[in-house]
Amino acid sequence: MREDDDRRGEAFVGAAPAPEQTVAAVASGFRDEAGRVTAALTRRFGDYCLADDATQDALLAALERWPKDGIPERPGGWLTTVATRRALNRVNRDARYEGKLAFLGRPIETGGDDRLRLIFTCCHPALARDAQVALTLRSVCGFTTTEIARAFLASEAAVAQRIVRAKRKIRQAGIPYRVPAGRELGDRLEEVLAVLYLMFNEGHLSTGHAPPFRRNLSEEALWLAELVSRLLPADPEPIGLVALMKLHLARADARFDASGQMVLLQDQDRSLWRRDLTSDAIRLIERAAAAGEPGPYQIEAAIAACHAEAASFINTDWPQIVALYDMLIQLAPSPVAQMNRAIALRYVEGPRRALDELNSLEADLTGYHLFHAARGEMLIELGEVELARAARERALRLSRNAAERHLMFRRLFESMS
Amino acid sequence: MKYVLLFCGTAQDQAAFDALNPDDLRARYSEVGQWFARNRNRLGPSSQLQGPETATTVRFRVEGKPVVHDGLFLEAKEIVGGYCEVNVADLDEALEMAKSWPGGGTVEIRPVVDQR
Repeated sequence: MREDDDRRGEAFVGAAPAPEQTVAAVASGFRDEAGRVTAALTRRFGDYCLADDATQDALLAALERWPKDGIPERPGGWLTTVATRRALNRVNRDARYEGKLAFLGRPIETGGDDRLRLIFTCCHPALARDAQVALTLRSVCGFTTTEIARAFLASEAAVAQRIVRAKRKIRQAGIPYRVPAGRELGDRLEEVLAVLYLMFNEGHLSTGHAPPFRRNLSEEALWLAELVSRLLPADPEPIGLVALMKLHLARADARFDASGQMVLLQDQDRSLWRRDLTSDAIRLIERAAAAGEPGPYQIEAAIAACHAEAASFINTDWPQIVALYDMLIQLAPSPVAQMNRAIALRYVEGPRRALDELNSLEADLTGYHLFHAARGEMLIELGEVELARAARERALRLSRNAAERHLMFRRLFESMS
Repeated sequence: MKYVLLFCGTAQDQAAFDALNPDDLRARYSEVGQWFARNRNRLGPSSQLQGPETATTVRFRVEGKPVVHDGLFLEAKEIVGGYCEVNVADLDEALEMAKSWPGGGTVEIRPVVDQR
């Protein structure tokens, strides 16, 4: 197909704008449209992998054309037209689709939002976590392979390989394109939310050094969580996750100092916290709670809200936080939740009790850097300098994130001097 | 789509199975029997395999004749105890069957190569 074909039938608006603005507009256009285009094509061709390839082709064509020609009046229509043509080209080349050509006369339905099916397919538990994240960013948010590689500081070849392998598995293992029903929905939704939260945290931990051109994973994850909560309005957990993300984002400006160093919660300048995001989140928590089905994300959001509403670290409602952790542990037992409960317990019953609780988790958390960091804090307060230093050394050795490593190093240095 | 479910277990799973008393063994077989009855419409050929002590392995080398030896392939971490073929719509349906398997251990789901 000649490149010019892509322009036919689509009106362009005015003269070409400045390249940087275009790139930003192109990226946000992708986020709003890519998932819809992939979903519509999957419905039409009955093949997610084909639809994904064709949409990706269209996105790359847009990245090339739009900075020169300007943004089309209807970016979604442009992408759909180009992606459909690319898909038809692929189908014509591929004998596997011979029997299916008859279906292609049907017009693309525009009603309804099919992106939920897309999300459940990309986050299917039969795919590895890193593949789930990469596919979701690509198919639902319209990331190119290059952008995914940049976001995860991975090589493009590695990301491309991961996507190829995941799509081969979807096709060969018969992973369906559907929203699970009944009892299955709960488990599968948990998986989706876990993928989105991981994506969020990946962006959140690296915000200190994110170059401005990099699409922010936290914002994409928040956008996805809001989409899921809109498409599954009966379930309060997606709302809980949206609230939790907003509460984290509310503190984002205070988490790093001017030199890019990470600042702990107790040392953060609370005047930098975004009140608007906090009150948004609290409204969401109340809306979710009205459903009367508490879940892990709602409770974690409630814990984050306790911190957000406290005038200072020391005036935080710690007994309430411990009570919320008790609820969380009852609903979703995990050593990390128990660890966080122990840390909160420090401000209710003192460092000795907290340390005892932490020590009881040693077997499960011995490979987790924050466990040793927390032990280090308790040991320092108890005057156990030698032991504290050993714990901080382990914390440093186990942490991989650059900003966290820096902080751990500073702590270790303090306990040496 | 056609899949094979491979019913596997570790050496410990096998030892625990071997140590079942007759009543527990009967109960286990009855649960497994119910599972097969419930799923009969989507099941193809299925077999339980004799224990690992009955296995004989033939190993091909780059050169020379194949070597026959007693027992399982040494590097296998899990022992296949049985298998069944299933005909279902998609992986989700196969997963639903595997999750309801009463025999414990692990169930590996493998799509079958389409020969058409």
